[in-house]
Amino acid sequence: MRHYMRLLLSLAAVAVFMWILSLFGFNTKVIVEATLLAMTPLALAAIGESLNEKAGTVNIGLEGIFLISALTGVYVAEVTGNGVIGLLGGALVGAFIGFVFGVLSVYGRGDQIIAGMGINIFALGFVPYSLMALWGTPGIRIPPREVLVPPIDTPLISISGVTILTIFIAIAAHYILHRTKIGLWIKAAGEMPEALDVAGVRVDLIRISASTVGGMLAGLGGAFMPLAWFGGIVKEISAGRGFIALACLVSAGLEPILALGFAFVFGFAESIAFTVAVTPGFKEAVPYHLILMIPYITTLVIVAIFIGKRRFPIALATPYSRE
Amino acid sequence: MSSSLIYQRLAETFTALLIGLFLGAVLMTIYGYDSLLAYSSLFVGAFGSVFDLAETLAFAMPIMLTALTFAIGIKAGLFNIGAEGQLYLGAIGAIIVGGLFALPPGVHMAATILTAMLFGALWSIVPALLKIFRGVHEVISTIMFNWIAYYFVMYLALYQLAEPGRSEKTISVLETARFDVIMPGTSLTGAIFVSVAFTLIIFAYISITKSGFELRILGAGMDAARYAGIDIKRVTLSAFLIGGLAAGLAGGLQIIGKPPTYALYGTLGNIFGLGFDGIGVALIGRNHPLGIIFASIFYGGLQHGGRYMEYQAGVASELVRAVNGLIIISLAVPEIVSMLKRLLRR
Repeated sequence: MRHYMRLLLSLAAVAVFMWILSLFGFNTKVIVEATLLAMTPLALAAIGESLNEKAGTVNIGLEGIFLISALTGVYVAEVTGNGVIGLLGGALVGAFIGFVFGVLSVYGRGDQIIAGMGINIFALGFVPYSLMALWGTPGIRIPPREVLVPPIDTPLISISGVTILTIFIAIAAHYILHRTKIGLWIKAAGEMPEALDVAGVRVDLIRISASTVGGMLAGLGGAFMPLAWFGGIVKEISAGRGFIALACLVSAGLEPILALGFAFVFGFAESIAFTVAVTPGFKEAVPYHLILMIPYITTLVIVAIFIGKRRFPIALATPYSRE
Repeated sequence: MSSSLIYQRLAETFTALLIGLFLGAVLMTIYGYDSLLAYSSLFVGAFGSVFDLAETLAFAMPIMLTALTFAIGIKAGLFNIGAEGQLYLGAIGAIIVGGLFALPPGVHMAATILTAMLFGALWSIVPALLKIFRGVHEVISTIMFNWIAYYFVMYLALYQLAEPGRSEKTISVLETARFDVIMPGTSLTGAIFVSVAFTLIIFAYISITKSGFELRILGAGMDAARYAGIDIKRVTLSAFLIGGLAAGLAGGLQIIGKPPTYALYGTLGNIFGLGFDGIGVALIGRNHPLGIIFASIFYGGLQHGGRYMEYQAGVASELVRAVNGLIIISLAVPEIVSMLKRLLRR
């Protein structure tokens, strides 16, 4: 409960901040819309990784999955002429990476932190290499507008369908983890794999499935960035968001709903950089590059405040094998 | 280390290199490139002549140091991936002292190098303190600091230190702060000696000094360190700081030891990614300073040869970084070979 209180406090702080900004004439609707956009990939990756870590596997390669899925999403969207299929393509590639990572962690008994970093560094090279190979452009691709996924206009705000889906996924993940047998298995795979094994449940399959689903959600978040948010891809499109997603998760103590809440808080920090920084009058006073540092500083401050005495699954990052 | 263990490690490393290069060839084939032509031009380009070898060494110079940052972290049980940001700070420190101050020859270069190292170390302090006092994992804090450094240094390069009339780069460091080219026609300078010397000093520090010994005990586990009565906070801080010194030095040397510009590009193009490259180099070198020297020459060769590959086979040189990632993943999973064998036997 204390964790929920802390999240509520952070959200209250965000609300106060928004109110102050509105006093200065900033449009609250615009800021909320930007926050929801920034929240979506963070929340998707964090929720997926919460399932993964509850099951006992750590994947710090979310940043790399973001990048590779962003590229795949744009490519599939252009080939099929359909942005939604592009999003699915990104999710599929994310699932594939999560699956391979799961297999390597479970059967290869590898060092998960190093392997995850390997994914990030691979993506750092693979994405600019592929941009060049596919389109012959150095480090950037703007797809035609028709293949993008536009937001849905509601009377209140315009919101992306993916964002709405993300909120449902957070609730579903919470429900599965805490109310179903599968959730019990996932948590047992992370806390006491031996007991789960004795009970006749395959620890390896649970962990690989969790890793695959985690990769899939991160992949959807990755494809969301170019197709439903920025409208194009640059080689640094993820800009550390894979790690900010990890920060969300850590602040949330691995709980999916809390992760969604913290993604909103971190997303707000980003939206300030995107909306306030380009406002005339403000833009001349404060250099753009310094404004862009805000999301990272906010992330550090929030993590430092909220990390406290978090408890993580006992068997986290430890390969399990039957002796 | 017993000799059989060394052979096993070497075998694992070479297997990982082969797997990485093989998967790299697969990536080329997917896009319809001629992978044989690409690799042959890469390796001939990297090691084919004395000039190319010198150029390869010039590429090895900074990544040897950023690899040390990562390796010292691992020795102390930390996953310090902050070399990237600390390197940016080192570069900007070198521009400030090397470009804005007029000092006598010798003194100027020493002051520039020391400032670069100091800037790198300063940038590692906050992640270290967050780790020590709040338990914030260094993966998150160092990456955040990398991005803060990215925008901060870009801002300084574009708005505060830009060369008048040429805003795409900063002012160049003065003649007195520059390393001379060793082999005319290449970009290999005396900076390589500084890199190697620093690496050897770190080697000696880790293997024979008391605090180097404490570092390794901490790396063996918190419990071991507590039993040994080691001040975990102090040793953790020193692991971060030494790593920061190495990365800062890398950034400084990349500015004052790399012709022709002796400046920083506004895009950070001539320093971007060197910190992350160091992670792969450290792992290939088994986090051992001597191993890192050889690994950095191998990887420097890939980077230099990558330019020939781009020219001859049309393959973008960024492929090299993707191969590095694949090598890292293979190294993380040493059982990958026995896994493959088991699969084949079925």
